[in-house]
Parts: sequence; C-alpha cells; structure tokens
Amino acid sequence: MSLTEKDKAAVKALWAKVSKVVDTVGGEALGRMLLVYPQTKTYFSHWPDLTPGSEPVMVHGKLILGGVTEAVSKIDNLSGGLLELSELHAFKLRVDPSNFKILAQSFMVVIATMFPKDFTPETHVAFDKFLAAVALGLSEKYR
Amino acid sequence: MVVWTDFERTTIQDIFSKINYAVVGQAAFSRCLIVYPWTQRYFGQFGNLYNAAAIASNPKVAAHGKVIMEALEKAVKDMDNIKATYAELSALHSEKLQVDPDNFMLLGDCLTIVVASQLGKNFTAEVHAAFQKFLAVVVSSLRRQYY
Repeated sequence: MSLTEKDKAAVKALWAKVSKVVDTVGGEALGRMLLVYPQTKTYFSHWPDLTPGSEPVMVHGKLILGGVTEAVSKIDNLSGGLLELSELHAFKLRVDPSNFKILAQSFMVVIATMFPKDFTPETHVAFDKFLAAVALGLSEKYR
Repeated sequence: MVVWTDFERTTIQDIFSKINYAVVGQAAFSRCLIVYPWTQRYFGQFGNLYNAAAIASNPKVAAHGKVIMEALEKAVKDMDNIKATYAELSALHSEKLQVDPDNFMLLGDCLTIVVASQLGKNFTAEVHAAFQKFLAVVVSSLRRQYY
C-alpha cells in the first residue's frame, strides 16, 4: 500500500490547511484518543491529568503533531527518515504498534470536524495510507 | 451487560434523530468502499465500483447505505438489548454473507468520520466517546454468532 504521487499531493494539500491550526489539532486528537480509547491511558500513568484539554495533553499533542509535520516533509522516505523517532518508540516508549492506528483514527476525526469539506473520501484514503506508512516507519526499529 | 450513562443514551438518540439515513448511509458506506477497497469483495453484484467517482454515484451503494443505517436504528431504539436485536443479523453475516468481522469496525470508523463531518465542533470528545462505545457494542453483537 505505498503512496502514489496523487496520495502525496493530497496529503500535502491537507497538511497545508491543518498546519495552520497545528497548536490545537494535536492536543485535541490526543485528548480524544485517551477518552474514546481508554486502554491508551496505560501509556500515560505518569501524567497528573489525562482529561481532554489539560496542559500535559495539549503540550504533548503539539509535540506529536510536530512529528507528523516532520513526516510530511519526509514523505518520500518514511522508513528511512523516521529512524530516530522509531528508536524512541521502540526502545524507550515501547508503544504497541496497534495504537498507531488508534491515534491515526482520532486525528482523522478531529480533521473531519474541522475541515469537513476538505476531508473527502479521496483525501481520507490518501491520509489513512500516509498515517499507516508513518506507523510503519515508527515500527522500523521494533525488532 | 452494557451499562449506559444518561449522557450516552441521550447522545446516541440525539445523533440518530439528527442525521438523514439516506445521506449519511450513502456517505459512510461509499467512504468505506473507497478508503478500504478490499471491503468491495462482498459487493461483486453492485456493478461499477471501479473508482471513487463510480462508487460515489452508484445507486446500489446508496440504497445499501440506507439499509445499514436502518439496521443501526434497531439498536438505537433498544439500547439495552443490542445483543438479542442483532442475533439474526450476526448469523447472517457469519453463515450466509461470510464477512470477515474485522471489517465491521472499518465501516464503523467511516461512519464516525461522516458523523464528525456533519456535527463539526458539536462532535466533542465526549460525544465521540459515546458514539465509539455504541459502535463497539454493535460490532461485538455482530461478532457473537461467528464460530
């Protein structure tokens, strides 16, 4: 399921819009994920506040979105370009890769609420493929 | 036994009272066939599913989308009995249609995206959580008769 040129163009076009609200989208997606998929809270037991909109959630969401922005810039080589982030997730964070899909869906729901006209089925499939490729890149160093 | 909070009950009833089944059904089902094209394997008799444009304008897809929403309404009307409500449909999907149950949540995810697009900022994290819980119960009930 590799990204076609059409997919990459769709992702970049969508990201041009999303990056304008980058400060809130990440935090919203993360907060939503923790509420909608409570099993993901197990990775954040060290945080004082896991409620949507709380400071740790918004700060961390912004960080994650920065990572996705980096991935967009490296869209032509995700398996090679995300090696550092992959090492982080593999050896330090040890997030089960099935969770990447969960965060991806949470992201896309936030994008759908904010940009319903832009998140057409064609853009959705391109973005879903992109996030799956990012997840694969992040899993690169796992074993 | 599924325990629903008052918020969850009213949220689900509210969403389904607001949405147009024909519109949302068509949007969600066609999105599923486009975003997860392997789901097309179950719809060989639907005619032209060749590309996104064909899927989006396919009348059989639209009709089936509405059928799906009407089936979901059964669960909304009797939220304390979803397992029993879907016993027959579960057997149908397992024995006759032979649908891989992993596909159920793919459609669920597309429906969530469509509802989110419609409700915009009213699709808050809390509303989203209630909707996801409802879908999880529906999917679990549909999986029950598989053996």
